[in-house]
This record gives sequence, C-alpha cells and structure tokens, in this order.
Amino acid sequence: MSQQGYVATPPYSQSQPGIGLSPPHYGHYGDPSHAGSPPGKVHYFDLHVIINSQWSGLLSRTGSGMAPPGQGPPGPPSAPLFQGPPQPPQPSIMQPGSQVLPPPPTTALNGPGASPLPPSTHRQDGLPGPAPLNAQYQTLGSFLFKIFFQAANYGPQMAGGQLSYPGGFPGGPAQMAGPPQLQKKLDPDSIPSPVSRGQVYATNTRGQVPPLVTTDCVIQDQGNASPRYIRCTTYCFPCTSDMAKQAQIPLAAVIKPFATIPSNETPLFLVNHGENGPVRCNRCKAYMCPFMQFIEGGRRYQCGFCNCVNDVPPFYFQHLDHIGRRLDHYEKPELSLGSYEYVATLDYCRKNKPPNPPAFIFMIDVSYSNIKNGLVKLICEELKTVLEKLPKEEQEDTSAIRVGFITYNKVLHFFNVKSNLAQPQMMVVTDVGEVFVPLLDGFLVNYQESQSVIHNLLDQIPEMFADSNENETVFAPVIQAGMEALQAADCPGKLFIFHSSLPTAEAPGKLKNRDDKKLINTDKEKILFQPQTNVYDSLAKDCVAHGCCVTLFLFPSQYVDVASLGLVPQLTGGTLYKYNNFQMHMDSQQFLNDLRNDIEKKIGFDAIMRVRTSTGFRATDFFGGIFMNNTTDVEMAAIDCDKAVTVEFKHDDKLGEDSGALIQCAVLYTTVGGQRRLRIHNLSLNCSSQLADLYKSCETDALINFFAKSAFKAVLHQPLKVIREILVNQTAHMLACYRKNCASPSAASQLILPDSMKVLPVYMNCLLKNCVLLSRPEISTDERAYQRQLVMTMGVADSQLFFYPQLLPIHTLDVKSTTLPAAIRCSESRLSEEGIFLLANGLNMFLWLGVSSPPELIQGIFNVPSFAHVSTDMTLLPEVGNPYSQTLRMIMSIIQQKRPYSMKLTIVKQREQPEMVFRQFLVEDKGLYGGSSYVDFLCCVHKEICQLLN
Amino acid sequence: MATYLEFIQQNEERDGVRFSWNVWPSSRLEATRMVVPLACLLTPLKERPDLPPVQYEPVLCSRTTCRAILNPLCQVDYRAKLWACNFCFQRNQFPPAYTGISEVNQPAELMPQFSTIEYVIQRGAQSPLIFLYVVDTCLEEDDLQALKESLQMSLSLLPPDALVGLITFGRMVQVHELSCEGISKSYVFRGTKDLTAKQIQDMLGLTKPAMPMQQARPGQPQEQPFVSSRFLQPVHKIDMNLTDLLGELQRDPWPVTQGKRPLRSTGVALSIAVGLLEGTFPNTGARIMLFTGGPPTQGPGMVVGDELKVPIRSWHDIEKDNARFMKKATKHYEMLANRTATNGHCIDIYACALDQTGLLEMKCCANLTGGHMVMGDSFNTSLFKQTFQRIFSKDFNGDFRMAFGATLEVKTSRELKVAGAIGPCVSLNVKGPCVSENELGVGGTSQWKICGLDPTSTLGIYFEVVNQHNAPVPQGGRGAIQFVTQYQHSSTQRRIRVTTIARNWADAQSQLRHIEAAFDQEAAAVLMARLGVFRAESEEGPDVLRWLDRQLIRLCQKFGQYNKEDPTSFRLSDSFSLYPQFMFHLRRSPFLQVFNNSPDESSYYRHHFARQDLTQSLIMIQPILYSYSFHGPPEPVLLDSSSILADRILLMDTFFQIVIYLGETIAQWRKAGYQDMPEYENFKHLLQAPLDDAQEILQARFPMPRYINTEHGGSQARFLLSKVNPSQTHNNLYAWGQETGAPILTDDVSLQVFMDHLKKLAVSSAC
Repeated sequence: MSQQGYVATPPYSQSQPGIGLSPPHYGHYGDPSHAGSPPGKVHYFDLHVIINSQWSGLLSRTGSGMAPPGQGPPGPPSAPLFQGPPQPPQPSIMQPGSQVLPPPPTTALNGPGASPLPPSTHRQDGLPGPAPLNAQYQTLGSFLFKIFFQAANYGPQMAGGQLSYPGGFPGGPAQMAGPPQLQKKLDPDSIPSPVSRGQVYATNTRGQVPPLVTTDCVIQDQGNASPRYIRCTTYCFPCTSDMAKQAQIPLAAVIKPFATIPSNETPLFLVNHGENGPVRCNRCKAYMCPFMQFIEGGRRYQCGFCNCVNDVPPFYFQHLDHIGRRLDHYEKPELSLGSYEYVATLDYCRKNKPPNPPAFIFMIDVSYSNIKNGLVKLICEELKTVLEKLPKEEQEDTSAIRVGFITYNKVLHFFNVKSNLAQPQMMVVTDVGEVFVPLLDGFLVNYQESQSVIHNLLDQIPEMFADSNENETVFAPVIQAGMEALQAADCPGKLFIFHSSLPTAEAPGKLKNRDDKKLINTDKEKILFQPQTNVYDSLAKDCVAHGCCVTLFLFPSQYVDVASLGLVPQLTGGTLYKYNNFQMHMDSQQFLNDLRNDIEKKIGFDAIMRVRTSTGFRATDFFGGIFMNNTTDVEMAAIDCDKAVTVEFKHDDKLGEDSGALIQCAVLYTTVGGQRRLRIHNLSLNCSSQLADLYKSCETDALINFFAKSAFKAVLHQPLKVIREILVNQTAHMLACYRKNCASPSAASQLILPDSMKVLPVYMNCLLKNCVLLSRPEISTDERAYQRQLVMTMGVADSQLFFYPQLLPIHTLDVKSTTLPAAIRCSESRLSEEGIFLLANGLNMFLWLGVSSPPELIQGIFNVPSFAHVSTDMTLLPEVGNPYSQTLRMIMSIIQQKRPYSMKLTIVKQREQPEMVFRQFLVEDKGLYGGSSYVDFLCCVHKEICQLLN
Repeated sequence: MATYLEFIQQNEERDGVRFSWNVWPSSRLEATRMVVPLACLLTPLKERPDLPPVQYEPVLCSRTTCRAILNPLCQVDYRAKLWACNFCFQRNQFPPAYTGISEVNQPAELMPQFSTIEYVIQRGAQSPLIFLYVVDTCLEEDDLQALKESLQMSLSLLPPDALVGLITFGRMVQVHELSCEGISKSYVFRGTKDLTAKQIQDMLGLTKPAMPMQQARPGQPQEQPFVSSRFLQPVHKIDMNLTDLLGELQRDPWPVTQGKRPLRSTGVALSIAVGLLEGTFPNTGARIMLFTGGPPTQGPGMVVGDELKVPIRSWHDIEKDNARFMKKATKHYEMLANRTATNGHCIDIYACALDQTGLLEMKCCANLTGGHMVMGDSFNTSLFKQTFQRIFSKDFNGDFRMAFGATLEVKTSRELKVAGAIGPCVSLNVKGPCVSENELGVGGTSQWKICGLDPTSTLGIYFEVVNQHNAPVPQGGRGAIQFVTQYQHSSTQRRIRVTTIARNWADAQSQLRHIEAAFDQEAAAVLMARLGVFRAESEEGPDVLRWLDRQLIRLCQKFGQYNKEDPTSFRLSDSFSLYPQFMFHLRRSPFLQVFNNSPDESSYYRHHFARQDLTQSLIMIQPILYSYSFHGPPEPVLLDSSSILADRILLMDTFFQIVIYLGETIAQWRKAGYQDMPEYENFKHLLQAPLDDAQEILQARFPMPRYINTEHGGSQARFLLSKVNPSQTHNNLYAWGQETGAPILTDDVSLQVFMDHLKKLAVSSAC
C-alpha cells in the first residue's frame, strides 16, 4: 500500500496541497501488495543549497512520493528525476535574525537544470522548474528527507537545521536504512502517469491515510466513511493520553456530513426499517454499523463502541456465514458501508410529528442606499429565476419548499402572496421592539402556485420603495421575524437576508460604530471580534431551537460590525457573504452566482449531530457553524454541503492497538422534502503505542484546519500575541517530539520534518500571517471578522486553499490539454514579467499580467492588441472564441466549481497599484504589512525546536 | 297661559327643555324638602325646522366670569345702546353692528319667541368629518360578508369630502393605508401590546412631518397635505379603492382550535384608532365606529380568555367578584374613552353576537363620548343593517343628524347653582360661580363635553337652589338658566345654540299649591330614574331600590293628602298621580334589575336610557300597550296582566322590543286560516293593523327595536309577560277562570300591593 504515491508530485511544481486537480499518482489503495513498498528519499542539502532550500520545504513533500526503482515491487509511483547540473551555490547566508531574501530564482525557473520529463509520462514535468538539487546531493532513502540548514562557513551554527521525516506508510515496515541510491534509470511504468486519474481508493482498511484533499480520485466506500465526509488529523491515535501529550498532535476529525459527492461515486444508500427504526446499541445508542460484531449465530451482536452485547431484534435476525459474517452482509448498507442514511421514525421528530417541509424566506433591505445602487432591483429580478430552482427531493417534480418575502428598513414589510390574490398585500410591522409575524396564511407559499403573485410582488418592490429615503435599518428584529414566521408555520427553514448597513435604528440589536483601530495589538483587540451585544447570541440560540438557518448577504460600504451581524449566520449554520462597496457592474455577477449556489445547494435542516467514539476517548470540543446546548449534542439549524464541523478528541483511557479507535457521526436532520433522516458516517482508526506510527499517519491539511479553527475561536478570548505563540510553540513541540523520538540521530543543527508534516511549517506560517491573527491597521475590522467566521465552518479542502492559494501559470498553458496546469509556489520570485498567472484562494481570483506578457496571449484572452489596452475594470473575461481564452475560462470554471464562494476576478497588471492586494496572497514571501516569509519562519521554528531539544 | 300641561309642552317644543318643577321653591331648605330635585331634561339639538340659524355671532356679557349671551330676558336701553345681563346684572355696550337697534328693530335674540336661537360661527377652520371604521374580522363568513356589504353601502351615504379610515383586527390589528396605488398596504400591530399615542404615531410614521403641520394648524389645516392622509382619505377619492379593499377583507387567518375563542384584540384596535385620530385630528368631529362580533380575548381590554370552557362573566360572577378581567378591562376602556373625549371624538360600538361581547367593559367608550351603542345577534340581520343605515339619516335640510365635539355650558341666576348632569357627556371641570358643591351625576363643573350628539340626545341637568330661607326672592321674581351649546354641525360649521329659560320663584310655605301644580311628573320620573340608574352603576342594586323607595315615600308624605296612620285616606293630586306607577315600573325595569339580563344587556339598556328624550325614556320605564279587537278602534290599555285577553291582539312597545301578541282565540283563528277566507276579511284587517303600527314605530326609532311576533303560549310571549303588572298570579287564585286576563307565574309584587304598601308607609308617622 503505497500511501505516498498520491502525495508524490514532481519537484518544482508546487506542493500537492496547493493544486486542485493535479494528477493523482497512486495505485489501487486497497491493494495490499503495495503495502511493503514504501519508498522514501532523503535529500541532503548542502550549505550551497540553502537558498533553494527555502523552496524545498514544499518540495520535500514532492520528493517523499518517489519510489526508488528496484526497491520492492514496482507498483508505487516513482519519483521524477532530478537531473541536470548542480545548482550553482548562492552566496547569501541564511541567518535566523537576518531577513535577507535571496534574489528570485528566476534562473532556476528556466535554468538549464530543468529537465522536463516527457509530458506523456508526467504532465507536470512539462514545466521547467528550478532544479534546486544537485543530483549528487540527492540521495534516496526509505524514510528520511532531510534538509540541512547550515550556517555559512563563516557564520554561526545556529542558523542551521535539518528537515527530516519518514514517508509514513501505515503498517509499512520501518525501512529507515534504505541505502542511498542514485536514481539512474526509470521504469516507465513506475512513474506517475496522468492516465491514472480516476483511480479508486477503497476505504476498507482501518487507519489508512486517505489521499490528499486536492487529489482527484474515486472513493469507494468499503466500510469506512469517505474522506470527503470525515478527515482526521491523524489516522493512528496514540494509545495513551501520556503519549498524546508527549506528541501534542491534536486528535481531531473534520466532519463534513453533507459533502458533495462526485457523480461517479455512489450516493448514500437509504435504509428503511419501517416502524422499527434504526437498530441501535442499547447502552451507548450507537447505530448499527460495520463495527458491530455478530455473535452466537447471529442472535446477538457486540457493540464496537461500548462492547455491550445486545440481542438482535427479531425482525433483523440473519444467520452468520463461516467467517462469522451475516449472510446479508453485502445486502445491508449499514453492515458493509461506512456511510448511509436511515429513515427516521416519529420518535426522532419534534413533538413526535412528521416535520413540515422547510421554507425559505427572502428578506431584503430596502433602505435608500440599496434602492439607489440598484441592488433591490437586481435581487428581485434574480429571485424570479432562481426560485424555479429550489432544491427538491430527487424523486419529486417540484420542490416542497415554501417561500416568503419580507422587505425592511426601519420597519418590516411582510407580504401576503397567497395564490388567490390578484395583488400581493403588504403588511407593515412597525413594532420592531417586539417584532411579530402579522400573518400566517399567505406568507409562506408554494412558489409554483403563487408564481404570478410573487412575480407581481417582485416587480413592484423596487418601485414601491423608489421614493424612500430611509437610511436607518434594523437587523435583529428581521431575524426574529423570520424565525417567528417559521415557528408559526411549524417548519424549519432558511432566511436569506440582503443587508447593507450598520443597524442603527432604535430596536433590539441596535449597533453603534465601535470600530477602533487603537485596540489593535492590545489585549482588548479581542473585543473587535466579539459581538457588541448579547442580543445576537440569544437570537441565534432561539433560531437554532426552531430550525431557522440564517444566510446573510452583506453589502457594506463602511463598517457594519460583521462580528455582531455575522454571529447568527455562523451559529445557525448559515453562510455569510460579503461584498464590499458593492457596485452593480463590478460585483453583481459574483453576488448572483453566490445567491444561486446558496439556494440550490444541498442542505439538511433542523439537524442534531452526535459523535460517538469507542471506549478510551471521546469528543471534547467542537468547532463550526454549530450551537451546543450540552456537551454532546451538536445542534445545527441547518447544515449544507460546504459546512464542516471540526471535532477534537481527548483520551479517557488507554486505547487498544487491536480494537483501534472507532468514530461514528450521526446526523439527524430534515430533508428539503420534509423527511426526517439519519445520516451515519463511520470511521475506524488505528491505535499505536509507537510515536512513529502516529507521525506517519498525520494529515497536514486537517491539522491546519484544526489549528485554524481553534486559534480563530481563541481569538475571542485571548490576545492575538498569545495565540500566535501557542501555535508556534505547538508546531515546534510536535516537530521536536518527532525529532527526539522518531528520527534517526543526526546533527542538532538539522531540521528534520516527518514526511506527513513536511508542509506544516509553510501552512502554519500562512495561518499566522492571516489577517485574523496578524493585526494590521490596513485591513478593516470587518474583513477580519468575516474571515474569522469563514474559516470556522470550512472543510479541509477549503481551508487548504484559503491559506495557501493556488497559483497557476497561464502563459505556458497547453491549450490542447484539459487538465489544469501545475501550480507553482506562491512567491513573487515565481512570477515573471513575460508571464500571466492566475491566483485563487476560494474568495478571490486574480489574473496577474506581467508587463511583457506575450501580446498574442493578451489578444487571445482579452481581445485587445496590447498589455496597455487591457482594462482592469472587468470582473469577467470576455468570451473570445480563441483557444487561450476558452482554456483559461475553462480552468477558471473548474477552480470555481468546487468552491462554496464565488470568486471575484481581479485583473492585476504588474507594477500597478492594485498589485499590492495581489501580493498579499503570495504567502511564501514576507508580508507587505508584516508576517514572516516561509524561510524566516522555518528558521524560527527550527530555533524553537533546538531550544526544546536542549 | 292655559294649563301647566300646555305650558310644559310648549316649552318642550320651543326649547327642548322639561323641568321637574316649573315653579321653583325660593329657598334652599324648601327645595330640599320637595324630594324631587329641581332639574331638567335638555335636548340641546332638538330639531327645530322653524328655527333658521342666524348668520352672526352672539353678543356676550363683558364680565369675564359671566360671559352670558344676550337673550330676550335682558333689559335693554335702546337709547343708550346698553343691555343689562340678566345673570350678573352687568351693563354692557352693544357692539358697533347693533347701532341700528330700537324697540321696533330688534335683533332676533331679543325677541321672546327666540328663547332658543342658533348662531353660525363663520370664523375658524372647517375640517371635514372623519369616519374611522374599526372592523372585527373574527366573524363567521356570512356575518363578515353582511358587515362588508353594510360598510360598502355606508360609503355611499357619507358626505363626499368626509375622511374615512379603516382598521381591521383579529389576532393582530391592521391599519390600512388607503392612498397607495397597486399593492394594498397595511400597518400591523400586535394585539397584545398596549401602546401610547406617541408610540402609535411613531409606528405609523405620523410624527415626522407633524412639526410644520402644527405650526400651520391655526391657519388652514385642511389645505395642508395631511400627514395622516395615508390612513384617512376623502371618500370621493378612494371609495372605489376602499370598496375593493372591504370586499377583499378575509376572516382572521389565524387558526382557532377546537374549544377556543378566536383571539380578538379589540382593546388594542380601539387604542390605535384613538391614538391615530388623537395625533392627527384633535378637536375635529370624528366617529370611531367599532364593529365587533365577540368579546375581546387578548391584550389590554380583554374581557374573557380564549378558552371556551370558561364562560364570559355574568352578573353572578361580578357579584361574587369572579370576573377576573373586568376591572382591568374597564379601566383600559375608560382611559381610552377619556382620551377620546378630550380630543372631541366619539366612539360607536356595534356589537353583534349571540353571546356577550364585553359591552359592560366597553360601555364607557360610547357613554362618555356620545357614541352609539348597538347590540344585535348578527350583522346579517335587518336590526343591524337598518340601524346602521339610520346613523346616516338626514334631516329636513339634508344634513346628517349628527353633531360633534359639543360643549354645553350652563349659566344660572344667582339663586341657583348647577349640581351636575347625567347623559352622554364628560365634565370639562370648569369651576365657576354657578357650580354647586353638591354633586348630582357628573358635577363640579358648569361645562360638559358631548363629543357626539344627535337631535334626540338628551341630558338630565340637576340644579340646587341656594337662596337662603332668610333672603326671600322678591314677589314675581324669576330665576333664569341659560344653556349654551357650541358644536360642530354635520355640515362642518361651528354653531352655537343658546336656550334661555326663566321660571317663577314661589315661596313653598305660602304657595305650595302653585309649586305642586307645576310639577312635571313625567320629567320628574325620568330625572329620578336617571339618578337611580346613575347610582346603580356604582352601587349595589338593592341600595338603589331602597333609595328610590325612600324618595317616593317622602314625596308622597310631602304632597299626599291623608290622615296620619290611615292608608285609606291617602290621595295624590293629579299632577302626582302617575308618579308612583312610574316608580313601580322603574323598579321592575332592566335598568335597575339585572336578573335575567346579562351584564352586556344591562349596559346596553342603561346606555340608551341615559341619552333618550323624555318620551322614549318613559316608554322604556313603562312600556306602552295597545289593544286591537273587534270591539272598537285600537286603544291603549293598562300594562297589566288583566289586559291579556283571548280575543285581543296586543302591541307592546318597550323601546327595545316591539311585541305583537295574539290572544288565545285570535291565535286559534289564525291557525284555522280565517284570515284567508274572503268572508273574514275583517279578521285579516285586524291581524294587519298592529303590524302596520309596529312598522311605523320600527321605521322611526333608533336603534331599531327587536321585532317579536308571538301569540298566546308562544315562547316569545315571555317578553310581554315579564313586563305587565302581575295583577293576577298563581298566588291570588280567586282570579282563576274568570275572564280577566292571564295569570303571571311570578312572585313579584303587583302594582296593587306596591301601592298598598306605599300608602301604609306614607301615612305612617314612623318615618
């Protein structure tokens, strides 16, 4: 099982996690024959390559996937070659204190050392990349990949370091001592191949580390939940809490229970036991799953979570076969699959009544500014079409979701759109102090039935308020009204609020402008992230109790206190969209895409999630768009396909290596059609008393997701400085522990990283540089609060892209290929004046144009004769019938496709003012407003490690 | 001058005034011994087709404490162009316009026949009338439909420039905006939260432009764009719109579960209506018309909870102090009524439901503001429909029979003081030299506000003689009273009607016969009844009865002729002879007896009793009974069980009910179908005669009475049986089998027994 096959990407390309669609390079994961072929490599960098080593931190990840030819069966993907003449030594000296940056290794980019592999074998190698390594320094080892940081001959020793980590093969024999070999010859079949795309990863093995989030593969559920649903920080738990403390690796799972599954994977099976309901363990109430062991001829089963022996209910009885498996093992999803759904019985419904189908309420701020900039008209026009696409059950023709409309400024206007009315009726509620729902019948209606009245209304709304000069708005009463409307209709639902200003009108939840830059970098900075009043907190609580999810579209032109306004959307499982200084011609496309997506996306309402674990550990902390009334039940007014909950686990007791660690996540929810269902995800992890096993099974992307969420949660209570220190310390501690306990002895100056964590430092640096954790007066308080909230509900793939943007060279685009170009590292040194680059982080997309961009490309993409003619005002590329344009637009749509937020495209010309914004996303560089570069951070971490080791 | 009867009638026709005493005892002591106080029933706007209003303003006495109006009783010095005020004796110059006057060229107000005169005030702004409909939507479908039709119909009856507004309520209260085009818009309020006027105006968005408006008010406010124009619009502008809006009114959409009453926010709806007008049109003629089909069940002013298993309070509950919402609700409506009265608006209540609707609690809204109160079983009855239509009836000039925002001021000569008034009015708390310290009814003031009144609205006004016994009035002296009623005519003119009357003083010791002969027993009965009913509102029923009895006994002692301790010798003169009978029927009337009446019914009856004129009031006290037979033309008969004979048809008018009762034989004849046979056409005519007469009464009366057509043995016959004097009961068996009428199964005392007791007590020296 060559788990690192899929982490392998050729050198010079940016590390795998940054690439959305890089070709996967893995064999069949389920194939045990590969288990014993764990290649790895040790790269020894000499002093000479210090300069390059700052890139190699990421490269290291690449290298780890390379299989030494001839070692073991030829299955695992092998490493690309590092060929070419050695990189000439660079004269700079790396010192922790000195921030001397090397000149951009442009030479490396196009250097003679770059020896591309034939595209047929590995597409990414088609890119000329820097060849940082001299082949003679490049040795292949089985587990270690080391980077020497050594002080210059004349410098002090302290700056040196070595990175080292094992390849991390679950269950693989420790082949630490693989003799260094030079890779001379390449077996054509052993190198990664682009045609391997679409290979299958089967989840049939306990504790196997899944492919990276960025890997494109087909996942086959064979008893464990797909990593699309659950991703853990480590797939091998330490047996004891002492061990866990020693390593300080967070034990956490990022659960995205409603994750979108590609169409070529099997959707969840639905199990219906009729009135009997799901079979559950009597003691711990875990649901029937592959971890239940049937005994006594099938009459009883032992719960894998609490070990309680239960009688099999008569209706569920089945004989066992010769290996003790039920005869219907493969017929019942709950016995053979990691993820499946149950039809819930009335016992699982509120008040033991089947739930009503959910409702969507659209609440439009019709204050002066929104009318004036045309937003209200835009929304109303769009709603007419988007309402046709309300989500529905697959088997149904029409959506069961009912819709309602409210407009508001200082007061609320409800609309009666009952189908038998000739005209909609407006009901104004002015008592915002104690808001209430003025009508029941006719407020929430079936769109199809009331279509003409609704269209009539949507036509009239912009006119109705055309003369309004009301500037003040309310906010909390709006949510309150929506919630009470849902409560009165006795159904769960979602509020879509389109809001633009600080709610200053006299009403509950009234806010004042408290943005104070003076608080930045003080102990009081946390106040900026806390809501101004506790009104919103209790409102969110009520909303969750009534299954009311709030999605907020914000169009601020100045400070609107996102920390307060965003609280309810966050806690109710809604989404916050923010469009600063909304301008019709610039931003409407982005907004409309977001609106369409949000309305159409898969969603479950009125959900309760429970994470059960086998004995010895338990879930202790939860992060996400959730609300918790007690310590175990995770309540969510709604959860959609983009929301993830990060769960932290702690030891209760000793874990057994044999039994492993089992996790069952059950989500009880109401479907868009009004059915009550249970969605179950099961995952089994290994346990080990060897630290090395632990380090082998770590998942950096999930780790960063966890670190980000826990840090962003702590932002509310602790000074940022403390949080940053904790992060750095924990990073150092994790690495130091590895160094001390797992790595082969080496010089103290070596920085040794475990293979599974080789990119941890760069990601950690990105996290530390994020504007939430790094205060800069230039970034608005709202933006920071917004990003903080954003991250809290992110899944692993989204957080990965958010912290380390994807940077694609466009000028080298192969217009004949349908694959994405290989991503490059986010550093200015990777840009070139002759190049065009596309950068995306999930929120923004930039098209950077070098001053000497090839005119034919400019012509092809923009349909203008030259660089100077390119207008930076556009947010949408012109549709030019040209292969460059088509391919670029296709690439952009592929990048956009999987992301929850529509990315606004900004055209950036080199050496023009807006480039500053773009540069902030070149995360490996030193930040414009602070934040260390990757190399500096590595040095810093290394220093910390050294201190810990001493 | 002929008889006192003619004098009284003449005065009533000219001035709309009837005094209990038409010759006044000249000292305080003697006046108190007369038992029946010196008082009058005043119909301020009595219809006078023969009295065209004069188009100038009245001349006032220049003394600031007096300000009496020049009247025929004033002494005028035509040469010096001076006049002496007959109340304060101030000598006043005539205004310049009067320079041409002489003995032969007198202004109208000096002519004796103009003791009542009406002035039209030209200055001041004229603002249109305002009608604000407050409509309950928690009605049955057909009820609501009927109400909607009535309301739509009423739009055609309103003057075109009148402003109308619409508030509907159920669980919520909706104030409908009438000006908007396209989408219909309404402001919604929670039915459970009471709001101050300020809050209501804020929430309706009425406050912002109000500042410039207020500054402009003294000028021509009706030309300003009204801030409230969104809610109150001229009928001619929006009648189509409003007709549609009314047509689209739906029943309250909130579900009402089994065993519950619909949630009805009457209290808040009224509060909003009051607040809306208060902020926008203070002191302008306005009617808030509340249409409700059930009791308020939530919020301030709730009368009963929404649980049907808890019935609405009865008199029994009230006596037992079990009516848990009553006090709070009453307080709420009283507060509203007072605010409304302060603003010069009036509230009508049209309550149509089979059960009670909370009139007991809401009564003050109509009582204090001069609004109407109409009680019916359903909006889908002719009783409601015709009554409602009659609100908008017009007089001989084509003007509505309604006036608004009136103030009544009473001025008296020095020997008199005014003690109070009973009627649809509130005190304006104007203390003056003619205000008595003793209060009868609403006292302590010489001015009252009557926010809504019509030509029949009648007030009882009570006086006190303050002249001391040792300061006799000179022989032939006359006491004078001036009633000044300023009001907004339905044509929106401001008008002032002035009635000045004078009566002779007489020394009670020497001239008791004079005084006695000038006693108006009908007026006295009604005035005493008003006092009794007024007391009954606050006191226990039996106490009031005892008080009435004591007054009657004292009156009989004073004016009866008898030998001590000899009941058989007791006689009363003609001018007193009917009075005890009135009192007997009053004691049995629903105004003082609550037995068999719900609290709502009692409130309803008392409401009308306190505002109707003398004739109607007397009918209420002692219903009229007509008999139709083959023996002769229809004749009034005694209201006595002996009048119920088998071969008679009876027509009883109790004001609230018109009962036609067929005697046993007549009923049998009718059953046999004789009326259809040509040879018995006379029988057909006999059957028809009372029907025609009843129709006549029905047409004329407001509110429309309940019309009952019944016969001997019919269940509805109880209406008749409960009213007649039970001269034959199961107790006096001697009457059985005789051709003397029908026995009434009751333990109530008959008039005979009552009179016997009265005589005994009157002649007894014990009291």
